Parts: sequence; structure tokens; C-alpha cells
Amino acid sequence: MGSRASRLLREEEIEEIKKETGFSHSQITRLYSRFTSLDKGENGTLSREDFQRIPELAINPLGDRIINAFFPEGEDQVNFRGFMRTLAHFRPIEDNEKNKNPSATEPLNSRTNKLLFAFRLYDLDRDDKISRDELLQVLRMMVGVNISDEQLGSIADRTIQEADTNGDSCISFNEFIKASFVVNIHICTVVWFPFLS
Amino acid sequence: MPSGTVSHGASGRLRGLFLVMVLVFLEGSVFTVAVASSDQHSPTTAHSGGHKATDHGSHNNTGKAFPVLDLNYENVRVPFEISLWVLLASLMKLGFHLVPHLSNIVPESCLLIVVGLLVGGIIRGTGETVPPVMDSKLFFYILLPPIILDAGYFLPIRPFMENLGTILIFAVVGTLWNAFFVGGLLYGVCQIGTETSSILSRIGLLQCLLFGSIISAVDPVAVLAVFEEIHINELLHILVFGESLLNDAVTVVLYHLFEEFSGIGSVTLLKGFLGVISFFVVALGGVLVGVLYGILAAFTSRFTSHTRVIEPLFVFLYSYMAYLSAEIFHLSGIMALIACGAVMRPYVEANISHKSHTTIKYFLKMWSSVSETLIFIFLGVATVAGPHDWNWTFVTVTVILCLVARVIGVVGLTFIINKFRIVKLTTKDQFIIAYGGLRGAIAFSLGFLLKKEHFPEREIFLTAIITVIFFTVFVQGMTIKPLVELLAVKKKQEAKRSINEEIHTQFLDHLLTGIEDICGHYGHHHWKDKLNRFNKKYVKKCLIAGERSKEPQLIAFYHKMEMKQAIQLVESGGGIKMPSAVPSTVSMQNIQPRPPTKPAPERAIPQLSKNKEEEIRKILRTNLQRTRQRLRSYNRHTLVADPYEDGLSDLFLKKQKMFQIEKKPASNKVPMIQVDLASPQSPDSVNLLDEFGQANQQEEEEQGLMMKPPSRPREAKKPSEEDEAKDPQKLMRCLSDPGPSADEDEDGAFLP
Repeated sequence: MGSRASRLLREEEIEEIKKETGFSHSQITRLYSRFTSLDKGENGTLSREDFQRIPELAINPLGDRIINAFFPEGEDQVNFRGFMRTLAHFRPIEDNEKNKNPSATEPLNSRTNKLLFAFRLYDLDRDDKISRDELLQVLRMMVGVNISDEQLGSIADRTIQEADTNGDSCISFNEFIKASFVVNIHICTVVWFPFLS
Repeated sequence: MPSGTVSHGASGRLRGLFLVMVLVFLEGSVFTVAVASSDQHSPTTAHSGGHKATDHGSHNNTGKAFPVLDLNYENVRVPFEISLWVLLASLMKLGFHLVPHLSNIVPESCLLIVVGLLVGGIIRGTGETVPPVMDSKLFFYILLPPIILDAGYFLPIRPFMENLGTILIFAVVGTLWNAFFVGGLLYGVCQIGTETSSILSRIGLLQCLLFGSIISAVDPVAVLAVFEEIHINELLHILVFGESLLNDAVTVVLYHLFEEFSGIGSVTLLKGFLGVISFFVVALGGVLVGVLYGILAAFTSRFTSHTRVIEPLFVFLYSYMAYLSAEIFHLSGIMALIACGAVMRPYVEANISHKSHTTIKYFLKMWSSVSETLIFIFLGVATVAGPHDWNWTFVTVTVILCLVARVIGVVGLTFIINKFRIVKLTTKDQFIIAYGGLRGAIAFSLGFLLKKEHFPEREIFLTAIITVIFFTVFVQGMTIKPLVELLAVKKKQEAKRSINEEIHTQFLDHLLTGIEDICGHYGHHHWKDKLNRFNKKYVKKCLIAGERSKEPQLIAFYHKMEMKQAIQLVESGGGIKMPSAVPSTVSMQNIQPRPPTKPAPERAIPQLSKNKEEEIRKILRTNLQRTRQRLRSYNRHTLVADPYEDGLSDLFLKKQKMFQIEKKPASNKVPMIQVDLASPQSPDSVNLLDEFGQANQQEEEEQGLMMKPPSRPREAKKPSEEDEAKDPQKLMRCLSDPGPSADEDEDGAFLP
């Protein structure tokens, strides 16, 4: 595959990743070569700087948050396993997966897990609630610097008012699911993955 | 009077219906008289008719006494007849909605065709030949563009773009399949024909293919007319509708291709290859022309801030020019029109005034509605006019083949398409898509255009086309609604597009773009993001005037929502419910620091930022002030409400209020009426809202707390009350948009 890594991916590892994430063989190898091309230090893990080197990510308003989502709690390096685990959230939902393993835990790309992933991007402090401040931060990132705080504040208030059903002026995960934008969640999928198989 | 309005409903409708019937009868009789007393001229040959008429007029006047009362119909004949037709169409539309239950069972298009048949029958019954109203030029240049522009301008861009691949496959491959299947099999049937074999076997392969290409295109007018009434979910609607729009390119190419081949009589491989190339030229060229004109329109609208009155005109003119320019080069006019409308909309809407926006919306709706009605009526009349040549074999085989081809085409294509879609199309969806493939007036007009020299069997074709159209519109149109109910197809969600959705959609876009960049894949989201960035950086600066070019999309959306809500608030007098059931704990927190003497109705208002509040107040104030000035001079170039009109209706309003005050002082709006006699300001606004609340709810109020309104202070406050009462009324007239219920869809949906 033209990878520059000092170590190649072993078959057992590919199998394990396949079981855990549901990606196919060719998808995994393709993503591995991407992983190694990002890994400038060639030590088998990615750091935050490696991600930040991607030019389009720098101008993405949510760039930092996306990068953070790859790194587990408190760590600064992510290996290939973790990389794939995060990317697995974006595989298309397959209905027949549910039948294969009713006792196993939900697959990573299930609807709930996708929503949870998106929710966690809003909810930085992991208290399972999107507070007004967290919402404000996200809005500020998406809207830019020209808008006054007051306007953003009123938008945030309006948003919370629409979604909040139990009156705690925060959006919990359940309210997040129920609000009308859930209908868009099928978009939370990168279309490309199916083609690699 | 208020008490009478409830019972007025039923008898009023019958009375109205009776009136409409009388009007229609009168008009019909005038029409037949008019037709009988004139020569056989179609509207397009108006000029020669007009000239002849004046000659006749002058000849008649010699050697007679000076005529005090003279009948000269010829001069006004053409405009008169046109107006009669349009009037007939509009009265019909009125009438249908007055007849109870009829509009639920039978779609409007069917009723209109029946009316056309009746009118044609009456005209023929009086012994006159029916005017050839379905003139192709009239249809393609006057009747069709408004409908297409209306569709294109309000096209929901996001669902359209998301499903573009599917739509294109259905439109291009599906139509090609239909055309060749129907044409080919028809040729085969004609060759092996039975007793009528002598007639049918003369029909060559090319003629059959041409016929196939005419009959295979799904018609946007018919689809719009029927689908509008069944309210299916957005995905299916956009699939069928998008297909009907985009297959125009295919139809144009195939039609010209086969027409030319039939004329020349020889087909070579080179010509076939050129045909394929011409398809791309027609389609992409049409889109390009549309985009060009759209950009021009957007650019022009940047400078219209001083001449707001003619802003809508630019929109209409540029779009029509796009259509005509595309038609000059035999490009697809429909695609040009759609592209023009879709491209210019975001920029034009950022530039023009609110009133112009309303004007554009309502003019488009009005024109397209009238056009649609006229088209169906003319279809009916043209059916009576003929000329017909009924051939059982041909017609039945055509109908069957059309159905079969459509079903096979949809099922086959869906099988392929589902491999590439995230949201698969279910069997139910496929059924609706196949069943919704209605044919309409475009097919008939194309058939009408065929020249007799090349196509001696033109009448057979026309009869078959009309039969297919009737079949699809009547049978499929009438049964699709019960079928949708039976199959429990998902209906359109009535939910308004909320700020939550908007934020989250953008959030997801950024997220997915980021993930795609991490994977190193240049996909769908990547290019969309690049396009958005390009748009924001360069295009918006050119095409949008002033400060609004820098406004982020989210803020623009939010402004729109707030504006709409402010208008709603004033119209309903403060009685609206908030989007969620939250007992305004959020806004309560923000009200605390304010002075407690603020009028109580503030609680119902969402917490607006100071700027927004200021803006809204300014809007309200300027509108109110303008109408209070009671301008004596009427100036055509300013848009001001007629002061006389205001005076009359607020007299009525005052009367109504006085009546209510005498009759029902009961109110259950105790929390709202904190009558604080100390501050004269609050009771006014409170009383005002109370009155409006009563006016809205007087039928629902059975019992309530008997709150005795303080009669004496009320006496004194009457003059100021009256002023307050006038203002919302005027305000309502200035800002209110009582209109088609498809309000929310259009306004929210233009954001990509």
C-alpha cells in the first residue's frame, strides 16, 4: 500500500479491529495508510499536532473539538485502534447487524452512539448536559467574531427554550435526541466508507 | 356582527356557491355569444383580426345617422376573450372550494378538465367550431413559465441537492427507458397488427420512437397539481417533482432528434452520437443560461434600495428572459428557469425589502395558479375540439405500455440506486414514485406541434396522448390520495424549521467535513464546504448590498424567525404560545432586573436581545407613524396604506369592541390584567390585548371570573384606546401575510 510505517499491520490486528468496529479489510488497510501518512513522528501514534497539520481542519470551526474527540480522557496520543474506534461512529447504519449479535453491546455506528458522539462534541465537561455556556461557545465558533454576545445569547436562549422539556435550562441527552433535528442524524455518516469494500 | 358569524358559515357557503354558479352561467352564455358572433380566429392571429375589424367598423358608419349606441365587438375581441377565459378559470377555482367535500375526493385538475369538456361541448353544441385554444406557442411561452418559475424559485435546495443523484437517474435513464420501451414495443405491435394493420403498419419505427419520447415524460404541472393535495413526505415529493423538472432536457433532445430523423429519413451512427452530445449541451447549456441570468438578477437587486417598487419586476423579467434565451438555442428552457430561480433567490432575498418579497411570492403563486387552471381547462376544450382518430389497438396498447414501462423502470432503477443511498427507498416509496408518474399538457402540446407532412398519423397520436393524460390524471390522480392513506405513507411533517435544526445541521456539516478531511477523502461534504467558503468570500460580497453580505447564515435565519414571530405576536394580540411548554423560567430570570411596572404581557414575549427589540420597536413605530400621517396626496410610487380604508375599518373595530364591552365583560385572562390604575400606561395595552383576546376567543369562553372592568377610567381612556386599537389593525394590514399555508416551507427552505 505504499505505507511509510516502520511496522506493518498484522493480520490478527486487522481481524480484531474488524470485529470491534465493523470495517472491512480493505477499508482498514486504506485507513491505515492514511494514519501512517499523518504520523510524521513514525512512532505508531498520532498527537494533536499531527492532526492540526491537516490544512482544512485548521479552518474548520469545529476543528479543535473534533481532534479532541479522538483522544481519550487525559491522553495525548492516539494509536491506530483508537483512531479506528472513533471513525467507526461514522459508518452507515446497517440494520442487519442487530440480528447478528443480540447479546453484544451496541455497535459503534448505531444511531444512539452517533448521537452520543455528536452530543459529546457540544458537552465538553462531560456532565451529560449542554449548558447555555457550552451552547454559546459552539455558536460563537460557528458564527465568527462579528456578532455581538447579546445576539448570540438570545439565539442560545431560544435554542434551549425550544428543546428543553424539563425546565432545567440545559439540554440533556434525551432532550437532544427528541428535538426535531434528530431526523438529520442519518446524515451523520461519511458516505465514502461503503465504496472501499 | 360577532354572534352571527358562526351560523353564517354554512348558509354563507351555499349562498356563495349559488352566486358563483349564476356568475359562471352568465359568463358562459356571454362567451358563447361572443364566439358565435366572431370569425374563427385563434388568439395568436389577433393582429390581422384587429385590423380587419377596424375596416369593417368604418365601412358600416357611412350613410347612417350618427350612432348613439353602437356595438363594436371586434375591437376588444381578443382581450375580451382572454379575460373571459381567465375569469372562467378563476370562478371555477372559487366554486370548487365552496362545494363541500368535493375537493377532498376529486383533485382539482380532474374537475378543471371536466369543466373544459363542458365548455367545449357547449361551444360545439351551439354549432360553432371550438377555438383552438391549446396553441403550442401560447402554452410554451405564456402558460408554462409561471408554473416552472414558481417551482424553481421555491425549490427546497437542500433536499434537492441531497437527492440529486437519484433524481437525475430517474429523470435521464428512466425517461430514456420509457421512451425506447414504449416506442419499440408499439412499433412491434403495429407491425403485427390485426384488422387495422393497414393503418398501423404504416407507422415507422422513428415515428413510434418519437411518440414514445413524447408520452414518456412525467409532467411537472400534473405532478404539482396532484401532489400538492396529498401532502406526502418531502423525500418522495422532491423525487417525483425533481424528476418531472429535469426530464425536460431528455424530452427536448429526444423530440428534436427523432423529429429530424423522421424528416430526413435516415439514421447514421454519427447522428446518434451527436444526439448524445446534444443531450449534454442542452442540459448543461440550459443550466448555464439560467445561472447567468440569475447572477445578473442578483447583481441588479443590489442597487434597488431606492426604487423598491419595481424590485419584483426584475425577478420576473430576468427569469423570463432566461427561459426565452434558452429557447432560442433549443436548450432546455425549463432547466434554465429552475437554475435562474434557485441561484438568484438567496441573494435577491437578502437585498430586497420585505414587501417586495411578499409581492414576488404572491404574484408567482397567483400566476402559476391561474396558468395551471387554464391549462387544464384548455386540455378539456382541446379534447372536444379534436381532431380525433380513435384506434382501439393503438390507444389501449399505449396506455398499458406506459404503465408497465413506468413500473419496470422505477423498480429496476431503485434496485441500482439503493446500493448508493444511505436512506434506502422502500417498496412503498417505489410504488408512490411509479404511481405518481403523471402525464400532462406538455405531452399534448408537443404532440400538437407535430407537422402533418411528416406524421400523417398525427391524429392517432393525439388521441392516444389525450387518453393517456386522461387516464393518469383521472384514475391515478383520484386514487392516489386513498392509496397514500391505505399504505400509510409518511406524510409531510408540519413542524416548522426550528433554530435547533438549523444549528445542528450546520454543526453536522462541519463535523462531517472535518472527518472527511481527517480521512483524506475529498467527498460530498468537502466540496460543499469549499463551495460555501467560496460563496461567503467572493460571491456574497458582489451580489449582496451593504452590511448583509457579511451576515452569517445562522444569524440571517434567526432574524427571519424573530421577524416572523414579531409579526405573529402583533397580529394575534399577544396570545400566541411559545414553541415549548416551558413556563418561561428562562425569560422570567431575565425579567427580574427590569422595573416591575412593565406591562404583564411582556411575559409572553421571548427574551429578545436589546438590539433585536430596538429593531422591532423601530419597525413597529415607523409603520405606525406612517399610516397615522393621513396623507392627502396619493403617490403611486410609495407604498402606503390608503387612509380612507383605514378609517372605515377601525370604525367597525371600535363598534365591535363597544359591543363586546357591553355584552361580555367576563374574562379569564386574570393574570394578564393586572389593572394598575396608578400607571396609566399599562391598562391601555392590557385592555387592548384583552379586547383582542376576547375577539379571538369569544366563542370558547363559557365561564370565567367576573371581572368588573373599571368603567369610569375606561370612559376616559376611550380616545387613547381607540388609537391603540387602530394601530394593530393598520399594522395588521401593513405587515400581515394572510396567505397560502405553504408559508413555512418556502421561507425556511431556501437556506442550503
